[in-house]
Amino acid sequence: MSTLQRDPDTRVEILDEDGRVRDGATVPDLDDAELVEMYREMRLGRHFDQRAVSLQRQGRMGTFPPMSGQEGAQVGSAHALRDDDWIIPSYREHAAVYGKDVGLAETLQYWMGDERGNQMDGKPVFPAAVPIATQIPHATGLAWASKLKDEDRVFMCYFGDGATSEGDFHEGLNFAGVFDTPSIFFCNNNQWAISVPRERQTASQTIAQKATAYGFDGVQVDGMDPLAVYKVTRDAVEKARNPDGDAPRPTLIEAVQYRFGAHTTADDPSVYRDDEEVEQWKDRDPIDRLEKYLREEGILDDERIETITDEIEDEVADAIDAAESTERPDPAGIFQHVFDQQPARIAEQQAAFERLRDRHGDEELLE
Amino acid sequence: MSANDTTETDDLTLVQAVRDGLYGEMDRDDEVIVMGEDVGKNGGVFRATEGLYDEFGTDRVIDTPLAESGIVGTAIGMAAYGLKPVPEIQFMGFIYPAFDQIVSHAARIRTRSRGRFTCPMVVRAPYGGGIRAPEHHSESKEAFFVHEPGLKVVVPSTPRDAKGLLAASIRDPDPVVFLEPKLIYRAFRGDVPTEPYTTPLGEAAVRREGSDVSVFTWGAMAQQTVEAADQLAGEIDVEVVDLRTLSPLDTDAIVDSFKKTGRAAVVHEAPKTGGLAGEITATIQEEALLYQEAPIKRITGFDTPFPLYALEDYYLPEPARIKDGIREVVEF
Repeated sequence: MSTLQRDPDTRVEILDEDGRVRDGATVPDLDDAELVEMYREMRLGRHFDQRAVSLQRQGRMGTFPPMSGQEGAQVGSAHALRDDDWIIPSYREHAAVYGKDVGLAETLQYWMGDERGNQMDGKPVFPAAVPIATQIPHATGLAWASKLKDEDRVFMCYFGDGATSEGDFHEGLNFAGVFDTPSIFFCNNNQWAISVPRERQTASQTIAQKATAYGFDGVQVDGMDPLAVYKVTRDAVEKARNPDGDAPRPTLIEAVQYRFGAHTTADDPSVYRDDEEVEQWKDRDPIDRLEKYLREEGILDDERIETITDEIEDEVADAIDAAESTERPDPAGIFQHVFDQQPARIAEQQAAFERLRDRHGDEELLE
Repeated sequence: MSANDTTETDDLTLVQAVRDGLYGEMDRDDEVIVMGEDVGKNGGVFRATEGLYDEFGTDRVIDTPLAESGIVGTAIGMAAYGLKPVPEIQFMGFIYPAFDQIVSHAARIRTRSRGRFTCPMVVRAPYGGGIRAPEHHSESKEAFFVHEPGLKVVVPSTPRDAKGLLAASIRDPDPVVFLEPKLIYRAFRGDVPTEPYTTPLGEAAVRREGSDVSVFTWGAMAQQTVEAADQLAGEIDVEVVDLRTLSPLDTDAIVDSFKKTGRAAVVHEAPKTGGLAGEITATIQEEALLYQEAPIKRITGFDTPFPLYALEDYYLPEPARIKDGIREVVEF
């Protein structure tokens, strides 16, 4: 049975806080290898996050938006996509885009201030959107174009709870409803838009219920339960891919979760929220829950987990080495990719810039 | 009004002076309210509203939903109904959802209601590059707003001006876009009178007197330009004029300085094409052509999107580029 045709106020849940299957819940049909891979990617995401924050603290990287606590939502949803389905991320989906072969080194490169990290050439991923909610209409447009081309791809757009307050959220979802696009709007409701709590973003009881106004399904899911996230996303993907179904193709998924860390490394959450609240949510840690479930099922044991731990530490260390050993971008890159053909005025400015560098040397210019 | 020697002062950074200015105006006028994303409990992402929430309460220091058009649009309604809202846009790069509200409505409501409704609102936004910030956090797009009739555009470059200009903006009966150069939010401290005071809008300040060439600038570039001018001392006597208000421009100050030197450069970090350097140059041509001894040099950002931070220091004018430009004008 689809998880989607239900009251948007009831939350889809499969694992409880101790990783046990809840009464009456059905575990989605995933083979052991895929379950272990989901676990590995969540662990990788967590470790990457911790290392990235520490790189920023050491002055080796600029501002970084951590995502600890949100791995279950990202990995669970990304695994429900087909290889050629698209992801249109915000700026916090490091684990979700990893599922589209966006390497950790590329992600680091972008946050190290190098535009080339945003290229992700050949991968079905749109550049990270730093302004809030602006990617939502783009996602609808991508899906709409694909539909007009008679493809059967699905377009997964991620955004946060704060984004649902922006006009672009309304316009993007409204168009998706009107033009019945193969879209999934995945709201990572992590309870806080920097310092503003979810209750302050909307007087709606849930974010999922907003879908009713756009004429398509909305569903709320435990976003810290990767199996429940996988299940609802899978149902949404199937519906989006089917042009002949009865139900409208778009779906709004509200994944209820928590950001364990700061909004970004420039933020201090102790100013606006209590440690007690953070600790309560940490009891629902998606990694612990999946790990307990997989141990209980005999799919993971200490030895396997130790191997995974070693592997992810190596993978993250290698990514950091790769990002830091990549040559810094050529300053001439400022003038590239502004237009297809460089206008004469920009060419003149570039030439003047190169003369300035010749006269003074980079050291003097950057001091 | 300038502070005399007996005035009590505090040693503040520019962002502390903004906060101090907000505090002073809220304290003296109950109609002044602050609103925006994270301005309340969090005290602003740059701490520009720190402590105001505890002092003035949730009705006057308002954490809003994350919606720039909503923030400015509702502020226009509040302003039309007798309040004096000071909405904050967290970074200038995020102001565009509110662009329609600012240019089509805040700027026009006086004209289109034939003076019945007004918009005494100050939209504050940190702007400019140089702090290794993420994408869309470093733009300088003051020209968009200067181009719009009915808006005032103000940019402080010292702590003392930040407080005085903000107070004048809040007390002004028309809408003001108040752009805060975040590169120098905490770069240095200065004496700031403790009591509220205003620094008049529309008046430039000569930061450094000189006789060979006039350099017009504002915001974070004022500091870079004074530094370049100091380095040129002995070789070229540079006058640095900080415009402080970009709309309405202080034509008299621009023309007076130019008539003295006969040579000029303009320094801004915004892109060159359509930037204010063009407007300043044209003003000089209209008002003082016969005094002109050399082409006027524009020392600006490039006509490219602002690069991510690995390259931003190449993008921003700095003393070497500014000195070269000044020499070109003087050696013509």
